[in-house]
Amino acid sequence: MTTPTHHNPHKGVWSWLTTTDHKRIGLLYGVSALVFFLIGGSEALLIRLQLAAPDGTILSADAYNQMFTMHATTMVFLVIMPAAAAFTNYFLPILIGARDVAFPRLNALSYWIYIFGGLFLTISFFVGGAPDGGWFGYAPLSTQVTEIVRMDYWALGVQILGLASLLSAINFITTIFTMRAPGMTMMRMPVFAWMALVVAFLLLFSLPMIAVGLFEVFLDRNLGTLFFNAAAGGTPLLWQHLFWLFGHPEVYILILPAMGIVSEVLPVFSRKPLFGRSFVIFSGIAIGFMGFGVWAHHMFVAGLGPVAEATFALTTMFIAVPTGVKIFNWIGTIWGGSLRMKTPMLFSLGFIAMFVIGGLSGVTHSIVPADTQQTDTYYIVAHIHYVLFGGAVFGLFSGIYYWWPKVTGKLLSEGLGKLHFWVMFVGFNLAFAPMHILGLEGMPRRTYRYPKGLGFEFWNFISTVGAMTIAVSILVFLINAWRTRTHGEIAGNDPWDGRTLEWTISSPPPEHNFDVVPVVHSEDDFWHRKYTEDADGNAVAIPGGGAPLVAGPDDPPIHLPSPSFYPLLAAFGMFLVVLGLVYVPVGLILAGIGVVTVVWGFFGWSMEPLTREAH
Amino acid sequence: MAVSMDHTEHAGHPDMSNVRKVAMWAFLGSECLFFGTLISTFLLYHNTTGDGPTAKEIFSVPFTSVSSFVLLMSSLTMVLAHHAAGRKDWRRMRVWLLATAGLGLVFLSGQAYEFTSFVHEGLTVTTSPFGSAFFVLTGFHGGHVAIGVIMLLATTLMSFTGRLRDGEGMNVELVGLYWHFVDIVWIVIFTVVYLLQV
Repeated sequence: MTTPTHHNPHKGVWSWLTTTDHKRIGLLYGVSALVFFLIGGSEALLIRLQLAAPDGTILSADAYNQMFTMHATTMVFLVIMPAAAAFTNYFLPILIGARDVAFPRLNALSYWIYIFGGLFLTISFFVGGAPDGGWFGYAPLSTQVTEIVRMDYWALGVQILGLASLLSAINFITTIFTMRAPGMTMMRMPVFAWMALVVAFLLLFSLPMIAVGLFEVFLDRNLGTLFFNAAAGGTPLLWQHLFWLFGHPEVYILILPAMGIVSEVLPVFSRKPLFGRSFVIFSGIAIGFMGFGVWAHHMFVAGLGPVAEATFALTTMFIAVPTGVKIFNWIGTIWGGSLRMKTPMLFSLGFIAMFVIGGLSGVTHSIVPADTQQTDTYYIVAHIHYVLFGGAVFGLFSGIYYWWPKVTGKLLSEGLGKLHFWVMFVGFNLAFAPMHILGLEGMPRRTYRYPKGLGFEFWNFISTVGAMTIAVSILVFLINAWRTRTHGEIAGNDPWDGRTLEWTISSPPPEHNFDVVPVVHSEDDFWHRKYTEDADGNAVAIPGGGAPLVAGPDDPPIHLPSPSFYPLLAAFGMFLVVLGLVYVPVGLILAGIGVVTVVWGFFGWSMEPLTREAH
Repeated sequence: MAVSMDHTEHAGHPDMSNVRKVAMWAFLGSECLFFGTLISTFLLYHNTTGDGPTAKEIFSVPFTSVSSFVLLMSSLTMVLAHHAAGRKDWRRMRVWLLATAGLGLVFLSGQAYEFTSFVHEGLTVTTSPFGSAFFVLTGFHGGHVAIGVIMLLATTLMSFTGRLRDGEGMNVELVGLYWHFVDIVWIVIFTVVYLLQV
């Protein structure tokens, strides 16, 4: 057996810049997503302050356009996707019993491209204004005014963020298909790992379509191509198709990781296996497939004709079925369980409740005549926030509270955690429930102010109060997180009496994850090592905590990926390329330097040795 | 403990060449959608020629057939290179890899000539949506061929250092997968963009 007494000097900024450890990259993703969450949240607060009263004067129309564009772009591409990537990076290898992802350096490259992409989008604020054409950048609005480079920043920024996600997707797919521990069959994989796999495939097949669309926007703006130029015979509607062909799978890319987290949390805090486990998995797969067949419900007012509208109305109704299956399975999991109302559980239950509301308002979009009334009103804004905040963000916070002790070795305070949950829950509903009413009363989205006397005053004010309440709850979370540094209770290996492999190892996990590669015998393997059943089917603890993990007959030696500077270098080169492309033709010099840097990065990458042995 | 019964999956240290192959297939799956979207854009605009030349007026099918044939033959030489690598016949492998790269360069030269002549006949990216879609689609394909040529040359160079034999870095099979994919995409483009339009 290998004795893992490996201690390297893993300190200092340089070790983080060159890390290829999936756990450190996961942490980097998590912290970066949190920083962007605060930035995107501040943008949201400015929007709400502007709308708190009629004829708001805090933001100009121009600044307001930048705020709503960047709020959405930031929250979608720089917060929720990377937060899901943080969990996937940190926990996917551990959940399937692997010591790292398939391509550690590629993983680092994804992270650094993401960081430079986020930086690229954000610096646009300081060089003549941020993107202002809405987060879905509809042509010809996004292609017409080429003297102002804001939408170049948007097209190129989203392009390289997409590249980062594509590389991650390839990495995770390969990891799941080739690196599972002995006995970890596909159907024994934790549901979170399954949802990560579905998300990876959604990214793999949807990103290339938006990539083509973004190239076409960029070329229309800078090379004079005519893809979206109606005067020359181009079709702006093509952009809508390309965007939503990506954009609707993207919705599931954002929500499925949260569904995976909830599917891990509920069984642990109900002390029951996930009800209808394979149904949950296959529903996730069904959502993945059907997610590619509903995009045009975003375009019902574009005039697609009755056949297309009827078709997409039906597919939109159908996709609610697998989602509903999951919700009933989660309720079935809680039903009759011995519930422990810890903070992760509260967030998961909050997720279910809020997501049901968001899901139902989503189904109302499938009724074409109703959708025609809802389009571009605050009703849509309410819906998207119920699924992406009430859904994805609540699910992600559930994951943060659930896995925090594993990552840091210390528990977050339960009292502050519950305070965080309830303040956020109340604030969230105050902020977004009124938007349903505002929308149905006809308040259009993306207008920077509204006049007195239309009946919008009261609910807008309530909504702003709600947004402030959410900000307070985030402050509570930050205090809680900071407090654990000094006051956190030591977690131990298994603070929640967990069911999956991550709870078998120390908190925080050792660099190589597993001293021996675990041999898996069943789903929820760790639970079955700890508990057996009596004659009535009740769980009975095995004395002494049950059997330890044992090495298989051909336990592999521990290989750790070497740290590498080249992913950072190559990502920096890509940053120079996109920055140069914004300012063509002069910027082509900078882009050229960027290309050389990328080539240098990849050359160094291919020449350095792959792994070091643990001694 | 009886662990061998459950030992259905291979252990946690997989064969790296297999891992790379899975990754390459995943990447090529993504590429299908990339070219599928470009081809769809072209089909949307194939008749939107404005005042510019139409497909019928400008395409020379005999010329493009020859360059398509050259690219098809490069898949044959790629197979021969892969076969030689399997027999560890490094000298033949290098010969066939370079032959494949050479045929790829001939194809690219043909494309460069074709683009130049189209521009002279009045079709550019800014002439019509047809022109935009044609040049962007075939241009992205040409870019893929160029990257393939670089991969072929890099693989040939790496075979001298011995890195190839250890299964590290790019290996011939991966380059082959990519090359055949780019070739198949061209068959679709040649059929849809050239043959069906004239």
